[in-house]
Amino acid sequence: MAEPKPALDTLPIKAAARRLNFYYGDFHALKTIDMPIHDKRVTALIGPSGCGKSTFLRCFNRMHDLYPGNRYEGEIRLLPDNVNLLDKGVDPIEVRMRLSMVFQKPNPFPKTIFENIAYGLRVRNVNKRAILEEKVEEALRGAALWNEVKDRLHEQAFNLSGGQQQRLCIARALATQPEILLFDEPTSALDPIATASIEELIAELKQKVTILIVTHNMQQAARVSDFTAYMYLGEMIEFGWTDDIFIKPTNPQTEAYITGRFG
Amino acid sequence: MSGTASPTLDHPMSPSASRLGHRASRHFKEKIIELILFSAALVSVFTTAGIVYILVSESVVFFQHVPLTSFLFDTQWTPLFDDAHFGIMVLMSGTLVSSAVALLVAIPLGTVIAIYLSEFAGPRLRELAKPTLELLSGVPTIVYGYFALLFVTPLLQKIFPELPGFNLLSAGLVMGIMIIPTVSSLAEDAMRAVPMSLREGSYAMGATRFQTAVKVVVPAAFSGIMAGYILGISRAVGETMILAVAAGMQPNLTWNPLEPAATITAFIVQVALGDLPHGSVGYQTIFAAGLTLMLLTLVFNIIGYWLRHKYRERY
Repeated sequence: MAEPKPALDTLPIKAAARRLNFYYGDFHALKTIDMPIHDKRVTALIGPSGCGKSTFLRCFNRMHDLYPGNRYEGEIRLLPDNVNLLDKGVDPIEVRMRLSMVFQKPNPFPKTIFENIAYGLRVRNVNKRAILEEKVEEALRGAALWNEVKDRLHEQAFNLSGGQQQRLCIARALATQPEILLFDEPTSALDPIATASIEELIAELKQKVTILIVTHNMQQAARVSDFTAYMYLGEMIEFGWTDDIFIKPTNPQTEAYITGRFG
Repeated sequence: MSGTASPTLDHPMSPSASRLGHRASRHFKEKIIELILFSAALVSVFTTAGIVYILVSESVVFFQHVPLTSFLFDTQWTPLFDDAHFGIMVLMSGTLVSSAVALLVAIPLGTVIAIYLSEFAGPRLRELAKPTLELLSGVPTIVYGYFALLFVTPLLQKIFPELPGFNLLSAGLVMGIMIIPTVSSLAEDAMRAVPMSLREGSYAMGATRFQTAVKVVVPAAFSGIMAGYILGISRAVGETMILAVAAGMQPNLTWNPLEPAATITAFIVQVALGDLPHGSVGYQTIFAAGLTLMLLTLVFNIIGYWLRHKYRERY
């Protein structure tokens, strides 16, 4: 870790939040957030419960559109297209085709392992058996699950263990070749061994895809991420290289949280 | 054991320990309550057992006069004629055809309504639509019967000019409408119980609302939806009034819904209202027919039970 880190503004950017505000009805949940998401890197969002980190994550794939009364202001620009994902003219379904999400609790569909992975392709009207088989295998290999399930692809996904289910959900998200993977506390329902395998997987995945991960496990942020953003009460307090945030945070609030004096 | 001994492990029954002892009065009260609850449960068990006992014991007498093979395979049902025939298939066909027509109406419509109310309708519309829909099953069946006979049949006669005034189609269609809320209400409850996380997973994959409803929510709620179907089937098979009024009461071995026919239930009403001497074979047919009906419902319930377990919810 001693090698000099490149200056932040020289790194390629995949997406950027610009003056992003978000409201749940009258509640002002995200306050004027500016933040870059660097291409093919892992960016971790940390902060105490209720700080808005999951809310921020769910803006990227417009999950807030599912519930009435939610409102976005500002922009999340996706590059290289340079479109604002939050624009009214942008179809949230198109957005979700390019940004996949993995949830807190594994949520496999009540289908077979194969059909779970094929789901994203089927909703895009890909139904050719040969293509599906190829993509399903690729996604399961990508999620380090292929060897465990290759002989039972047509069994119900519920029969898998919790850790396997979460890797299945990652494979499901990978199958559509997303540009950004959004992880919402992906290991909070898993045991330490399953957690380690997911973290290992995240480190591998960043070679191919940009990753944004919410976690309230600080050690996890330190282990898996290149960049860390600390949020508190809907505001972005500090963003920087993970090493810098954990070793020499510039903001005293960040330091208080990192060192466990707060939160 | 002396009263002054200090409470040690060697003397577990020290004076203070008696406070943890058995309280006879509390125990007695608990027993009484348990007994009351138990006897309440027993009432329903006894009723069922009583019904089964009556049906079976009277049917045994019936089958002493009529061999089982002719009951099952005879193609005529004329228990009150001099030349008596007891082919239950005649009544069974009426029951099965009218139920099939009813289910062809109630299952698709009920399912679609449930999907709409659970996945598409806003909360205000749902709060209004659900009780309104459930009113349908509150309408007395005799009213449905005359609705079928005097409104639906004339309407159908415009499409099928040959349609007789009494027919299974009209009765079955109206019966289907009556069953819709049974199906839709249970199916909707099952679908609404599917956790949001599953829907979010589907939306996050880029699925539309319709794709999410059909490909994720319905399969996840399948066992509950099935329970609605089974209850619907049981209601159709057991329905009496609509069929007695609108389908005619002539026994008729037919698989054609455009014909009139008597169902098992319609026959029982007809005979029960007549003045047959107690103990005659004609009288005993009621019980044989009733037993058949109960077995039929039982079979559907067993199939439903099996399907529910096969597809039980595991989110």
